[in-house]
Amino acid sequence: MSNPDILRENTADPYAGERLKLSHFHERQAALNLRDAWSSWNGFKFADYYYDVDYEYFCIRNTCGTYDICPMQKYLIEGPDALAMLDRMVTRDLNKLRINRVTYVAWCNDSGRMIDDGTIFRLDESKFLLTCGSPCLAWLRKSALGFDQLSVIEHTEALAALSLQGPTSFAVLKAMGLEAAGSLKPFDIGHYPFAEGEIMISRTGFTGDLGYELWVEPNLALTLWDHLYEAGANYGIQPYGEAATNMARLEAGFIMPYMEFNEALKTVNFEYDQTPLELDLAWLVDFKKPHFNGRRALLEQHKSGPKMLLTKLNIEGNKPAEEALLYSDRACNNEIGYVTSAMWSPSVKANIALAMIDVDALSGEIWTEIYYQKELRHHRKVARCTVQKKAFWGPERARTTPPSLT
Amino acid sequence: MSSTDTIIIGGGHNGLICATLLAKAGQKVVLVEAADTLGGLARDREFHPGFKASVAQTLYALPTSVIKALDLEQQGFIPSKETLTTTALSLTEPPITLAGARIVGACPTDAAAFANYKQQLATFSKALAPFWSKTMPRIGATGFQDLLTFGHLGLNMRTLGKADMLEFFRVATLPMRDLVDEHFSGESLKAALCWDGILGSQLAPRSPNQGVLTLLNRMAGQWEGEHSVPAGGMATFIGALIKAATAAGVTMRTGAPVKQITISGSEQGQRCSGVALENGEVLTSERVISSADPKTTFLNLVGPRHLEIEFSNRIRRLRSKGYVAKLHLALSGLPKFSGLDTPSGRLILAPSMDTIEFAWDAAKYGEIPDQPVMDVCLPTLTTPGDAPAGQHILSANVMYIPGELKEGWTDAARDNLTAQLITQLEDYAPGIKALVLGSELLTPEDLQQQFRVSGGHWHHIEPAIDQLLMMRPTYEAAQYATPIEGLYLCGSGSHPAGDISGNPGRNAAREILS
Repeated sequence: MSNPDILRENTADPYAGERLKLSHFHERQAALNLRDAWSSWNGFKFADYYYDVDYEYFCIRNTCGTYDICPMQKYLIEGPDALAMLDRMVTRDLNKLRINRVTYVAWCNDSGRMIDDGTIFRLDESKFLLTCGSPCLAWLRKSALGFDQLSVIEHTEALAALSLQGPTSFAVLKAMGLEAAGSLKPFDIGHYPFAEGEIMISRTGFTGDLGYELWVEPNLALTLWDHLYEAGANYGIQPYGEAATNMARLEAGFIMPYMEFNEALKTVNFEYDQTPLELDLAWLVDFKKPHFNGRRALLEQHKSGPKMLLTKLNIEGNKPAEEALLYSDRACNNEIGYVTSAMWSPSVKANIALAMIDVDALSGEIWTEIYYQKELRHHRKVARCTVQKKAFWGPERARTTPPSLT
Repeated sequence: MSSTDTIIIGGGHNGLICATLLAKAGQKVVLVEAADTLGGLARDREFHPGFKASVAQTLYALPTSVIKALDLEQQGFIPSKETLTTTALSLTEPPITLAGARIVGACPTDAAAFANYKQQLATFSKALAPFWSKTMPRIGATGFQDLLTFGHLGLNMRTLGKADMLEFFRVATLPMRDLVDEHFSGESLKAALCWDGILGSQLAPRSPNQGVLTLLNRMAGQWEGEHSVPAGGMATFIGALIKAATAAGVTMRTGAPVKQITISGSEQGQRCSGVALENGEVLTSERVISSADPKTTFLNLVGPRHLEIEFSNRIRRLRSKGYVAKLHLALSGLPKFSGLDTPSGRLILAPSMDTIEFAWDAAKYGEIPDQPVMDVCLPTLTTPGDAPAGQHILSANVMYIPGELKEGWTDAARDNLTAQLITQLEDYAPGIKALVLGSELLTPEDLQQQFRVSGGHWHHIEPAIDQLLMMRPTYEAAQYATPIEGLYLCGSGSHPAGDISGNPGRNAAREILS
């Protein structure tokens, strides 16, 4: 168990309660944060980038990098009712989730609007680890009403977790003596002896590439870091921050809160939140389940079809269509949607975007009006967009087992 | 698959009314009641050898339309031709007796104001009356029926005339105290006039949002809110309901507590499939209608795991704490109340609105008030057969008595309160203590345990503005249907609310048949 005091910079400080908490890996990460480019995530001091966004991005795609997931929220849900409670909460069928497997899930309010997405680790018959971007203890407590044989434990600071992503990620694990993790298939969990304790490794990540997430007790955090960076020295290992993650996840087509979706419990304007069906996550919604939260509302939307759909776009030119609106005509008279995330993708060599588009307009022409700046002068460009079905980025090595070393 | 069309949970008046109306429409109906006798809080019980009484002591909110719909007069229910007087008793002022628009004993200015006050309330009550017997529109719904109901309400308000309409909107959510303070000066009169706005609820004269609406709801009954006891006593009302149910072909099973409402799940979703009794027996039916309170129905019988998360938490948060205790005294003779020839009608033992307010202040913190307030009735004056010849029963609604007493309810705590109440009665009716042969005190906790009502609340859930109309018991269950297909509500926790009005049971039956 962690002591929250040691997570803060200075407990004698009268503003201690206001200051950002420090990750279990902070000491090492601070030393490498050459630009002091800190922002925050869930109250933790968190690197936006360490040295250079593009450099970190290319490490993810060409070598490997580490991304601190200590601030990611973690909850242990344990007890004979744990499976039933979580299964009622999320839209997927958790009865299909085997022990030592991970699954990507979404959960909704009663109206089928998405509260958050995350992953559920089945650690044992009746022991689950839920991870998600934003705190959701209150929702878990509400969800637990009527499930008495159950404990919900806030576990965020009780684990030190680091995401290791990129083509050389397994090579680094192997060099650390964790070659056994090579048998892990995507979404598998393995437990291995490590230092004076144990490490849990899941073949999961948020980059769409080969990668792992590493979980240890907080007292092993710095040991883990040192082993990784010693073994990774020849494999191009580099810490990366929020900015590079955001590039990698967009190429992989993964959604981000406050980019693609607004968390339902924090949405004020009517239906300014989204349903999983609108977010192109219909594959996460298992209507064969007799009951899950939001099922009735989602079924209704499923029958009539969502009005808007999150869509992958290829956009002509090379100007990122950030915050742009979409139109059905080149003259930009008839608005049909808006871009949620956009970038020039160095790996795909394409101008890509995720966008919410009126379903009725998907079969017609799609145009976007891009504003960009060149040495303080603002310019406007209208560019044609084409819908892309497949993920922008999804290399074979992300799926093969045993994994490649490069 | 099952030969039963509908299972009704609970054999109180609403369950019986709903069952009968469905059976009359041709459905095969089985009603299951946990207790050994039907009638719920209105059922007759012997509380002392030879003395019978029911928790519900008078009728006041029962609309004529319910009596007619069930042909209750053919089944032996004889509505009283006369209503009960209401007498405000005080140890310092002479008694004031109210009967309809008549008032005796008040000061001339109060007496002069009374007729106008009653007239205005009656006007408002009539404008609202149709809504107690209607299914409430769904919020956000644009269906024809929903719009019609909204339109009807708007029209009724408009036909009040501009002055009355504006006045209605002004007073509808006033605290009872503000309303009566505007019209009257006599302390005991004001306390007595507050009474029917707050009786059975968690609020006192100063509490906003509810009192006046409750009063207007009660005034929509057969006698414009006047209380009465039917010929033969409250038992004849329940007896007639049972006869009507029998005549309609309802199968009634007593001593059959439900353990669970069974839910079946498939790729088509969930639906209600029947009930499992505590004895292990399973009854199947495509439709189950529960007259149990919403918390019992959803949280205990269905279980939150079959419900949605926000919905089940709204049910959990429903306010359902009862604050009325029932006192029954078996008396060897007729007590003599100071200033009264006969203790007929209802006697309100609440000297002032402050007394009521202070009693509530104590109760809301889990304490017994120093001076509880009471609504006392001697049912044996109209139905002498409920007690041995020449002997009497005193039946009192005592407010405010917390169900969750700070130090916990024990036999000693009950005995102490009974003694305190008898001493208090002795002040109003010297010599009554010597007449007491036996007594029964039912705290809200006792009502919860003996009658399976969450919190021991008369109305199942508090009839406050946030739990009324299209919010009763909560949205998504306010039109008698529930989020579970095949499961309906028909009890006091549904629109329009509690008391013996039969409206929820009748409205639910009509909604199901429509």
